[in-house]
Amino acid sequence: MNAVLVSMRRPGARWLLSALLVVGLAALPLLNIVVPGVLPGPSYTPGTLQLLALSLIFAALALSYHVLFGAAGLLSFGHALYFAIGAYGLGILLKRTELPLLLAVAVVLAGTLVVATVLGAISLRVSGISFAMVTLAFAQAGSVLIQRNSGITGGEDGLSLSTQQLPDFFVGVLNTRNLYWLALALLVVVFLAVRWFERSRAGHVAAAARENELRVRVIGLRPFSVKLVAVVIAGVLAAAIGMVYLLLQSGVVPGVASSNFTLTLLVIVVLGGVGSRWGAVIGGVVYTLLDQRLSALAGSDAIAGLPAVLRVPLSEPLFLLGTLFILVVLFLPGGIVGVAGRLTRRAGRTSGATREDPRDVIEETE
Amino acid sequence: MSTVALLLITGLGLGALYFLVASGLSLIYGLMGVLNFAHGSFLTISAFLAWEVARRIGADSWGSLGLALLVGAVVGGIVAAGTELLLIRRLYERHIEQVLVTVGLALASVALFQGIWGTDPQYVTGPAWLAQTTDVLGARIPNNRFLLIAVAAAVLLTLLLFLRYTRFGLVIRAGVENRSMVTALGIDVRRAFTLVFTIGGAAAGIGGVLASHYFGYVSPEMGASLLIFAFIVTVIGGLGSLAGAALAAVFVAVIQQFANFYLGGTGDIMVVLLLAVVLLVRPRGLLGRRG
Amino acid sequence: MTGEVVLRVSGLSARIGHQQVVEDVSFDVPAGEVTAILGRNGAGKTSTIKGILGLIGRSGIVELEGERIDTLATDRIVRRGVGYVPEDREVFASLTVAENLRLAERDASPRRELVAELFPELITRGAQRAGTLSGGQQQMLSLSRALLNDNRILLIDEPTKGLSPKLVAEVVAALEVVARVVPILLVEQNLNAARRLAARLVVIEDGRSVLSGPASEFFEDEERLIRMLGVHGSGVGGVGTA
Ligand SMILES: Nc1ncnc2c1ncn2[C@@H]1O[C@H](COP(=O)(O)OP(=O)(O)O)[C@@H](O)[C@H]1O
Ligand SMILES: [Mg+2]
Repeated sequence: MNAVLVSMRRPGARWLLSALLVVGLAALPLLNIVVPGVLPGPSYTPGTLQLLALSLIFAALALSYHVLFGAAGLLSFGHALYFAIGAYGLGILLKRTELPLLLAVAVVLAGTLVVATVLGAISLRVSGISFAMVTLAFAQAGSVLIQRNSGITGGEDGLSLSTQQLPDFFVGVLNTRNLYWLALALLVVVFLAVRWFERSRAGHVAAAARENELRVRVIGLRPFSVKLVAVVIAGVLAAAIGMVYLLLQSGVVPGVASSNFTLTLLVIVVLGGVGSRWGAVIGGVVYTLLDQRLSALAGSDAIAGLPAVLRVPLSEPLFLLGTLFILVVLFLPGGIVGVAGRLTRRAGRTSGATREDPRDVIEETE
Repeated sequence: MSTVALLLITGLGLGALYFLVASGLSLIYGLMGVLNFAHGSFLTISAFLAWEVARRIGADSWGSLGLALLVGAVVGGIVAAGTELLLIRRLYERHIEQVLVTVGLALASVALFQGIWGTDPQYVTGPAWLAQTTDVLGARIPNNRFLLIAVAAAVLLTLLLFLRYTRFGLVIRAGVENRSMVTALGIDVRRAFTLVFTIGGAAAGIGGVLASHYFGYVSPEMGASLLIFAFIVTVIGGLGSLAGAALAAVFVAVIQQFANFYLGGTGDIMVVLLLAVVLLVRPRGLLGRRG
Repeated sequence: MTGEVVLRVSGLSARIGHQQVVEDVSFDVPAGEVTAILGRNGAGKTSTIKGILGLIGRSGIVELEGERIDTLATDRIVRRGVGYVPEDREVFASLTVAENLRLAERDASPRRELVAELFPELITRGAQRAGTLSGGQQQMLSLSRALLNDNRILLIDEPTKGLSPKLVAEVVAALEVVARVVPILLVEQNLNAARRLAARLVVIEDGRSVLSGPASEFFEDEERLIRMLGVHGSGVGGVGTA
């Protein structure tokens, strides 16, 4: 890890490493890699691939959230709404209409664009904490709509994927690896899109407005429009990710529209390291694997034998994750990437290279 | 007419709950700039512990209801004060991190409640009168509504008197308006921080006990679902304004009741629409000073 | 008393957010007189005052009567006897005048009579909301909050800003009375007011203290002072006799 982060300082090396990482991940379904304690089985088995694909999807979703929170400094509590629109939108279109897959995808993306623009424009009338509360309220309305209209959405039971319009290679357990590759491709696309946004003029203005809104206004730029662009991009990406999630999970449940789901995204981004694209990716993967492991632990015999004082908290994964999250916020600002950055800095200093500000390292690793 | 009376009084009762949660949120935000996501958990833990106490001494007497309310207030106040002292204070003036810590606390505590009390609701009983109804303009109003309204009104009055006539109240009102100027007068506002957390937690704790009688049960998610409406109420009322919170709580709850009855169960959606309208017309809320 | 140093600022730097707005500012405030900070708009005068009080992030050494106060929180600094009258008054608009004054009382026996004597209007308007006061009345209220307590020094930031010439004269007269009992560090853009009040001047430019010395030296060459401060002729409002 250290060596990787140190060498990531050189842009050429960074590209090469990223490419190698993607190729390595793409090869997993063809290999027999066993990581006891982390993966439930060898890397080519559908169960493991399912989990890995899920972690890639969470990484991508965390990246889309990073556009809001990390890049534009917008604390949204309603991002789950767009993910849910993607998953439910595609699920409903496939079930209720004869639309071919790609057309249905296009319709959902267009719909998301409209919704994100309208809701974004309204919620950006306020800023800071009020923005957070308002996005929460909108997402809550979405969640209520999903639960109330059970005729269309399946209500509490959720919506199962209807496979008639799907190509065969996305259907069935044996094709899990195709879905895994789809998730990997999606993550790469989302990563590049987010990178492009952050390096665009709008991205720079958004970053400047995050630091000092007044100054951006003074030099004649309108933070409102770049923030709206960030909200729309994040929303559309989340919807796209929601659609892949629907295919992978063969369905969707109303929980993905809940405020807890957005809070989970926030946890992921902070865990990985706020303000860092790689942080979001690493956070997404670590969180998904950790959540899975903790759930397995919660159901294990070892826990069942403990006295209640230990058994009760240990058998609640969300309690452990929530506590971990609090500890990270209190004691590890910068999250996983921040810690890795500090370690590399130490390693870098011994090899001659020095760096002053830990935040530089976080930015470097982007 | 009788339907209108029922909806109105039930709306007032629900508004009383919203107010008990929103008042603390609004004061905490107004003074400290902290959005307290853990506020719902203050409510839930108070409701559970009050229920545990009440059922042990026999829940059907007025004395045990009074004790339950007291337990709710004390538990809510203590848990909230502990949260401020142990978690929030460490992150002085770092508002985003403060919000994140309360988010973590909310997630962890709800999971813990589920571990302790299970995910199923625990049914709550009280004095027989609460379960009966009273005739008002031909409508049979469940009596617990009157209890909710009376207690919330008493809390509102107490808070207003406290804010108006005590030194701490003066510091809080001034701090809501301009925190740094209060410190520049030589006043340690951090004591006021702990105090508003304690007061807000106590109000939420009372709200928790009342909510358990309104809904008829206690559940781990109870606080979180009320919290969302309390957020909406604080934004509509204007962050930092107690009177705004009271006004908006009643407004939101009554609209919700009427929309649920007359517009086919669309109460929640109407409330969010109301929020959108308020934001478009008046982003600082009904009685808010700042934007 | 004159000659003793009440407040010593050495190498003070201050920042707003990540931006450095005051850099390496040093000066002394002697007892028994008024020291005025001059400088163009945006030079960093207000930030210097706020840095001394710890209202914005700062580094450097600040000593009050020989004791370091630069590591203390704002409220502790103020309780050591540093009165503050901020730029733009910052009275609590939603509180009444009486409440504004009551909030400011720290001492066991606050000097209410002094306030009543200097600004009787504030007493008659005790029940009025401070937000509804005129600019001049708000300035008097802001000044009174600092005068209620027994302070070692007052930090007063542009007390005459935006006031009519008549009110400027009133405020200056009040400050002359106050200066007899407590040393003042005063930010003042109105040159006539500064001339009336200040015994010493400190000039700040681009966040640095560039000059300091007895006021008389500066006012000998007023043309140069005006050029240096970039104040317009009209900005140098007249001060009538009070
Ligand atoms: N809130 C702020 N954010 C960023 N910069 C600020 C802010 N307030 C003041 N500044 C900058 O700090 C510098 C010093 O300001 P200030 O101390 O208020 O100057 P003065 O009081 O001498 O007019 C100015 O360049 C100003 O632009
Ligand atoms: Mg100034």
